[in-house]
Order: sequence, then structure tokens, then C-alpha cells
Amino acid sequence: MMNKLIFGRYVPGNSVVHRMDPRAKLLLSFYFIGIIFIANSWLTYLVLFAFTLAAIYLSGVKWSFFINGVKPLIWLILFTVVLQVLFSAGGGHVYFQWGIITISQSGLINGVYIFCRFVLIIFMSTLLTLTTPPLELSDAIEYILMPLKVVHFPVYEVALMLSIALRFVPTLMDETEKIMNAQRARGVDFGEGNIFQQMRAVVPLLIPLFVSSFNRAEDLATAMEARGYQGGEGRSKFRILKWQMRDTWATISFAVLTVALILLRA
Amino acid sequence: MSSIIDVEHLNYRYPQQAADELTLRDISFTVAPGEWVAIVGHNGSGKSTLAKNLNGLLAPAAGTITVDGQVLSEETVWDIRTKIGMVFQNPDNQFVGATVADDVAFSLENQGIPRDEMLKRVAAALKQVDMQDFATREPARLSGGQKQRVALAGMIAAQPQILILDEATSMLDPRGRQEVLATIRQMKAASALTVLSITHDIDEAASANRVLVINDGELKEEGTPAEIFQHGEELIKMGLDMPYAERLKAALKRQGMQVPATYLTEKGMADWLWQLRSNK
Amino acid sequence: MAITFKQVDFTYQPGTPFATNALTDINVTIPTGSYTALIGHTGSGKSTLLQHLNALLKPTSGTVTIGERVITPTTSNKDLKSLRQQVGIVFQFPESQLFEETVVKDIAFGPQNFGVSEEDAHQTAAKMLALVGLDQSLLERSPFDLSGGQMRRVAIAGVLAMQPKVLVLDEPTAGLDPQGRLEMMQMFARLRHEQELTVVLVTHQMDDVADYADNVIVMDQGRVVKTGTPREIFADPQWLTEHQLGLPKTTAFAQTLREQGWQFDQLPLTEDELAQMLKSQLAPSLAPSHFGEGTAHDE
Repeated sequence: MMNKLIFGRYVPGNSVVHRMDPRAKLLLSFYFIGIIFIANSWLTYLVLFAFTLAAIYLSGVKWSFFINGVKPLIWLILFTVVLQVLFSAGGGHVYFQWGIITISQSGLINGVYIFCRFVLIIFMSTLLTLTTPPLELSDAIEYILMPLKVVHFPVYEVALMLSIALRFVPTLMDETEKIMNAQRARGVDFGEGNIFQQMRAVVPLLIPLFVSSFNRAEDLATAMEARGYQGGEGRSKFRILKWQMRDTWATISFAVLTVALILLRA
Repeated sequence: MSSIIDVEHLNYRYPQQAADELTLRDISFTVAPGEWVAIVGHNGSGKSTLAKNLNGLLAPAAGTITVDGQVLSEETVWDIRTKIGMVFQNPDNQFVGATVADDVAFSLENQGIPRDEMLKRVAAALKQVDMQDFATREPARLSGGQKQRVALAGMIAAQPQILILDEATSMLDPRGRQEVLATIRQMKAASALTVLSITHDIDEAASANRVLVINDGELKEEGTPAEIFQHGEELIKMGLDMPYAERLKAALKRQGMQVPATYLTEKGMADWLWQLRSNK
Repeated sequence: MAITFKQVDFTYQPGTPFATNALTDINVTIPTGSYTALIGHTGSGKSTLLQHLNALLKPTSGTVTIGERVITPTTSNKDLKSLRQQVGIVFQFPESQLFEETVVKDIAFGPQNFGVSEEDAHQTAAKMLALVGLDQSLLERSPFDLSGGQMRRVAIAGVLAMQPKVLVLDEPTAGLDPQGRLEMMQMFARLRHEQELTVVLVTHQMDDVADYADNVIVMDQGRVVKTGTPREIFADPQWLTEHQLGLPKTTAFAQTLREQGWQFDQLPLTEDELAQMLKSQLAPSLAPSHFGEGTAHDE
């Protein structure tokens, strides 16, 4: 079940995209979401798609990952598109009208645009997570949060928490699977019966999971203390991020993209 | 001879325990620099509690602990923790870093060691435990034995004077256990490290210079491995496996044979048997 | 109740970029009433095989016959309950499956899932607690207040309470102290006879295989590479080393003695067996000597 989730999963590789500074990737991904809204014509969307597909091509990650990334969200997207088509009061030729429901030419076009926006955003954020190990993302977030230190926001602690949480995700997934198996062997059916039965089935899973997580947390805290951890102050850093030429080039290409979009806007 | 660890009249009580209950009662012992001491006892005897008192993870109810000339107190506890490295039982629950190299660097980051120095020490430490090819791996993709070796690399990098192993091999498969034990022996050979290992494993106890037996929170006995191993079948109650030679001795006794009372290593046993055969 | 694997393959996440092959062409039978040890180094496929024993996993191809039921890749996930009841699995560190407020409720959880009434299940729970050697006074205690060893016994009682015909044990003594390990293994040997169980033991402890098992399955790289009695399996030390497996302590020691010049017709498995062999060689009055032939000793 969890294995089908492509979104948020890292695929190791050594492409230009993989090797980019995670800060650049994170910031540019956000920036990309912003500039999508500049696009308002077929041509501008075409440019955005060309740009995104080029980025995917450079990453060397298989196309199927991206298609699979869209799949789980397809109903949400279609729902939004349908709402847009049916309820936008736009102009142009009206094909159908019934009460407040209108299907118009501009409504249809807007629907397609929205669909494109969704797909672009999913492609780009999937590209980010597929090519960036979660740990690097957490480093990037730490860096981006750094200015908050001025207002005494515990940036180091939050970053450490984030990296420990990420580090324990696979451990806890394993644990969940083990406990599920043990309870299934004792006759529990997960994911069967009505809502009430299903909720009851979760209790024998959640309680052991909590107990073991608390034990782990306690062990981990002890180990960290034994190794001299006294909070963020006075610590040196082993991991550092390096901004390189390719990151500058990536930034420039995004700037060019922005200019192109503005010029080609209808 | 000056001692590196000096424990005097140590008492310990967990917060939920009544005033007259103690988990550790009047424990005194010393450890010489460079010595390897095994602490044995059955589960629940208080041996892990003892280990956690030594670096101030738990605070004694009474008694004093002196480490490398410093009396353990709130002021000295962080100093003392840099002198003591500790490897725990569960390989997963002590892996702090998101990758192998990050984990090895954790103690160094805490001490504020400059990054250039860190890189050198981390690389050297990983090489020493033969994990250099795994530097960027995530813990989920390592075996238990490999994780414990990474924990040991973390200790090597931090260069403590004392290494405490709190049942560090008990959750590993036989291969992982051998790897970890070999790494510890090699660390011991490479520096004047003092080792305290809490264990049920007979091979680990046999590697020690001295064995302390803890039972119900009291120090019952101390002696060389050979002295302690003489207890034969009693060893199981002390929380130790029986050495194989002792098991065979017991079986020979059951066959009505005369066996020596003193402890024999496996080689000693083989030699003794050969002697018997030659004298036949 | 016998369990038979026929040409079983198993692949995790088939058809995805993350597909991994875990079992290949498994053909093996666990006979009724046997005490079968499943050995192999970490990652050899033991735990995947184990999860086929009560259809927690279904083969990607091939069939697993559990008693009368045949499990194929297309078997529906429904009505597997009776199987789960007949094949009880004690997973590694089973104490982590405890969740109820009291010991009695936790032990009764399994039987109640299989339709036993609360009252009957609680009665069974009390019996099972005695069977695993714990005192009745623990019944109303919270399982989380018990010692590690006691928790494990409660978890085992929870599996026994389903009254399975096959008991599968995945490294049941991991993390226990030597006394606890010994008592636990003796308990399983006793339960096997009292409850007439077929036992499957997954272990790294070759001494336990020698002391308790009568049938051994050796796995390596997702395949069954050998089956036989412990004596057959341990007769070839070199082959075991090649598959990253050890020998029982006695067998290893006898092997050293052999290298020194002792003669054994076959390698012994337990210290009592070795003691007997040694005695017969050292006290010729009890066993006529026939091994005077040249023995070089290099000391």
C-alpha cells in the first residue's frame, strides 16, 4: 500500500538535477509554482511544459514515475476541473446553461489550463522529491529558516528533529509491518468490515506502535545525551551545502523562463 | 597503580522505588587504565543501571564515582561524558544520524570540533571499522552488526578513554556478534582504551581481564575469567553462558568420569583429553 | 498438520521499479509432528518463507498446502482466518504485540477473534498462562508492568491460546539471558509433547538445532539448499561455512579433536553424545578398542 506512493520518494541517481544544491532545488520549485500563474495562453503553457519535460529529461528519472505521481491525485484534479468548467461565469460561446451551471468556451479553456497547472506542479514537485534525498531537503529547510534565529526560533533543534524524524520513518514502517503481521496472525483483519470494525482493528496496531516509539525515543535520548548532546548551541556542523555553478545556471534558466512567459503572455 | 574508574559505595534507586528498595546496593570497584572488565549478571540484576550511573545518565542515591581523577557531579558530567563512549543494546535506537557518516560525526558536532578535523576523523574511524564504503548509506539499509560497528566508529572518532558496551552484541546474529567483537578487540589493540562490557556472551566475557558478577543489585564476586568460569553450571544463574569446555566437563561427569576441578579453555580441554588418551 | 511448498516463488512489489525476488523455486515439506528448524544467514529468505506458513503472504507463483487448504497466488484474502488459527506464529520479540489493559485480555484476544466467547477465552487464557509457567496472580496485571521475560511468555501464551496445531517460533530466545533462553527452549519442548504440536523454529543457534530439532531446512539466497536431519546437515562442516552457517559447539569441538588425531565414526551433536564417545575411547573396558591405528599428534 505504502509502496505505491511515488510522491515523496527518492530515486538515487547522479544526474545534474540530483547533484544540484537542495536549496536551489527547493527555492526554484516554489518559484516555479509562482510563475505558473503568469501563463495564460496555449503558448505560455507549452513553454512551461517544454521546460518541465526538459528538467525531467535531465534528471534521467523514468517517465512512469511522474505519471504514477499524478495518478493518486487524478480524481481531485478532475473534480476541481469540473467545478471550474461548470461554475465559471466566463464569456465566449455558451454551449449549455441550466440554472447556475454554465458550460462556456472560456470555462472549458480555463478547465484545461487548471488541469495543466496541476500536472505541472505535480511534475515539478515530484522531480524535487525524486531527485533530492529527504535529508538534503531538511538541510535546505534549515538553511532557509536560518533568518528566524533572530526571533529566537530554535532552527537547529527543529532541523535535528526533522532529520531524526526522517531517519526513523523506515524503522517505524518496518515496525508497523511487523506488528500488523503479528496481529493478523492472531486473527485481526485490517481493512475489512465496516468503519467501526476497521477502527477497532487499528487499536492493536496503534498501542504497540506508540509503546515501541516511546521506548525508542527514550533510548535515543539516552544515547544522544551519552554522546554529549546539549542542544544546538556550540555545535559544529558536519553537513554543509555547497552552491555551485550548475545552481547558478539553473537559476538563470528560471529567470529566462520568467521573461519568456511575460513576453509571450496573451 | 592509579585507577581510571573508581566507584565507592554506590547506591541507586529509581524514582518510582520505595525508600528502602535499591536497584544498586553498596557497589565499590576500581578499573585500571587499559583494562577490559566484563560485568555479568542475569536480566534485571542492575548491570545496565550501573553503566548508566558511570557517565551520569542516572544520578546515584549515594556514593561517589571518580572518572580519570574527576569526581562525577553536575559540573563535571559533560566533561566526563567526553571521556566515556557508550554503545547500547538496540542498534536502531542509538543511530542518530540520517546517514552513516552523519552518525559517526554526531559526538564531534556536539563537541564543536571544526569541520576539517571532523572529516578526517570520521573517514579514519569508518576505515578502522571497515565501513568506509557505507559512509553515505542510510541506517535502514544496514544489518544490525553494521549499525553497531557504525556506533563503534562514532566512539573511535570521539576518542574517549573509556568504552562502555551495554549488551552491545546481544541483539545481533552470530555473524554480527563476531564482527563487533573483532572490532572491539582491534580497537583495544590500537589504543590504550579501557573497556567495560556488560554481557551474557561467554566469548565477550572471556576476552576480559576481569569479570564482575552483579546479582540483585550487589557486587557478588570478582575475578579473572578463569576464576569465574570455574563455577560451571552455576554460571547460567549468574547470567552467563557456560563455556563449552565446562559443558563437556559436566557431560563427562555424568558419564562417571573424573574431571579436573579447575577451569579449562577449549584448548586446555583438548590437551587434557589427549593426555588421558596417551596415558591410557 | 503438514505444510508443503510446491515450486513457490515470491517477489516483493512485483511489477514496480522496486521489485525484489525473495523466494525462488521452494519445494519443501514440514511434516506433521516434526520439530523443524529453519536456518540460514540473515537475508536468506527465512522470514519470507515463514510468512507463507499461515498465508500472511501468498506465493507469486506455485502453491503452499497448509493442512487441507491450498494457497495459490489467486487465493482470496477472505476466510484465511481458520488457517491463522491453526498455524500460530510467535514473531521475533513478540512482547511488542501486547496491547490490552490486562494480561488475561491480551491472551484472550486471539481466541476471541476466532469466535470464542469472552468467558471461554478468559478461561483458556488462565490455562495458557500456567502453561507458559507464569503465576495466575498476573492475570489482572497490565502486561506493560511485567519484566521483559514475563512479557514474552504472555505473548507466547496469546498465540498458544488460539490452540494452533503448528507453532512457528521466530528466534524466540533473542535478547533473553542464558537462563531465560534455556527455560524458554525447554518450555517449547514440553509444550510440543503436551499439546502435540508441529514446531517450526527459525534460529541462528546451532546448539538449539542440535538439541531440539529432528528436521532441518537450510536456506540461502531465497532458495532451500538442503533439508535433512540435524546429523545429516551438520555432517559437512565445510559446506555449512560456505553458506555462512556455524556448527553446534559440540560438533565444532569434535572437529578440532578429529584434527588432533581422534577418530569418530560420525560427528557428535550434543555434549552428552561426545562424552559418551570419548568415554568409550578412553575406557576400553566398556567398549572394545578398535582404534589403535597410527595417529599423529603435533605437539
